[in-house]
Amino acid sequence: MNALRLIGVFLRVGFLSETAYRANFWIQSFESALNLSMALAAIAVVFSQTDDLGGWRPVELTTLIGVYFIVLGAINVVTAPSLQKFLEDIVTGNLDYTLTKPADAQLLVSFAEVRVWRLVDVVLGAGVLAVSLTLNAERVGFVEAAQFTAAMLCSGAIVYSFWMMLATLAFWFIRVENVLQIFWAMYTAGRWPIGIYPQWLRWTLTLVVPVAFAVTVPAQAVSGRLPGAMLLGAVALAVALLAFSRWFWLKGLQHYSGASA
Amino acid sequence: MSRWAALYRAFLRTALLEQIQYRASGAIWMIGSILEPVVFLVVWSTVAQAQGGSVEGYGVREFAAYYVVLLIVNHLTFSWTMHDFQFRIQFGSLSFDLLRPVHPIHGDIAANLAYKCVMLVVMLPALIVLTIAFGPRFAPVAWSLAAFAPALVLAFLLRFLFEWALALAAFWTTRVTAINQIYFSLQMFLAGRVAPIALLPWWLRDAAHDLPFYYMVGFPVELALGRLTPTAALVGFATQLLWLVVTAAIVVIVWRRAAVKFAAVGS
Repeated sequence: MNALRLIGVFLRVGFLSETAYRANFWIQSFESALNLSMALAAIAVVFSQTDDLGGWRPVELTTLIGVYFIVLGAINVVTAPSLQKFLEDIVTGNLDYTLTKPADAQLLVSFAEVRVWRLVDVVLGAGVLAVSLTLNAERVGFVEAAQFTAAMLCSGAIVYSFWMMLATLAFWFIRVENVLQIFWAMYTAGRWPIGIYPQWLRWTLTLVVPVAFAVTVPAQAVSGRLPGAMLLGAVALAVALLAFSRWFWLKGLQHYSGASA
Repeated sequence: MSRWAALYRAFLRTALLEQIQYRASGAIWMIGSILEPVVFLVVWSTVAQAQGGSVEGYGVREFAAYYVVLLIVNHLTFSWTMHDFQFRIQFGSLSFDLLRPVHPIHGDIAANLAYKCVMLVVMLPALIVLTIAFGPRFAPVAWSLAAFAPALVLAFLLRFLFEWALALAAFWTTRVTAINQIYFSLQMFLAGRVAPIALLPWWLRDAAHDLPFYYMVGFPVELALGRLTPTAALVGFATQLLWLVVTAAIVVIVWRRAAVKFAAVGS
């Protein structure tokens, strides 16, 4: 309960400090809209030459783009800026102040920074998702909606754990920011269904960088084409990664000796 | 002439040492630039297969050839000045560049070349792996292949100067990311990165032929693959040169105004 209240406070403070820079909202809206139009235009170019891409119809690929932007926005609202700040805090020694506070350090570190305007990506993505679902002839029933919600929660948990594990590496190594760049480079591959990629790339995007579980699986769930085993796998992976990232974080914290030591 | 040779030798030596020092971060940045053409190659191969083997004269292995060459050309012509110029102004390192008795663009060119030399270590294995994985089919034409070399040099100069001109926007605004994103979006489609421009709708293809972006990447790629008629190649070279002259003029004029406007912090 206390944790939820703490998260609420962080989000409120983040919101207040960001709303001071209102021009950034317009810049962000512009960039997000441009980015989204580009993704949709790429689909349009592809489907001007075909009407089926590895078993995905245009409307389903639009659903995928919607999910892609929702997840992208969600990462950029809290996880990416907070963990970026954590990496800087290790270098500057400010992490020591966080550790002296009487709350769970992982919680404090994970919500330290909020970029409210990046919610524009989430809103636009949700809009594209909603439009694509109304255009889709196959109705989204209760089962699909429930599967989609579960898949999105797993997506969030998996992506968060992945970022947390990479950030925790900073207790041992410097320049972890560069490793996070690998995530962004790989994430753009999620604009297309993972199934079209050759085996080696599909495995990389599933196991090394979890793009498949972050984007493709929820998009499949809402289109009602997700095998049940896949969803169970996503849940299992989400739980396992959350537990492992927690263990890894505690391990890293033990190793940390402070800035002045 | 020997002054320039000595200058570039000195610039290149320091830039090389610097790049070797930061080789790991440099290599990580390469992942994105290798993955992008691979993704579009896979997408278009899938389309070609679904359409009975080929789209607009591109079969699966022709797409492979297109994107392998595009990977090389895109890598050799790209630059990053427009992403870090605002930091050079903000943190003041530009002041040091201005103290030197040469135009700062020369240091940037040297750094760019040095990065690409060091990244051969990543690039060559990647090319070998991609060639084995996707089996590109080349049907090179001698004259066209010979024309590829000058087209590539001109493409590098055009793209470098164009992006350097864009970078100068940082003297007037702090919102350069929005400008960079517009440029990036146009470039993705019109330079032939999302698809060979032959696959674009006719109005976009026409725009691509008139605007500078195609001559930064797509034009040399298509020359290397022997996909252009001699007339198209000549018209291409003329347009490329025209845009190069225009862009160079813009850099000269805007730089003069920018350097006057620049007031370093602390001065």
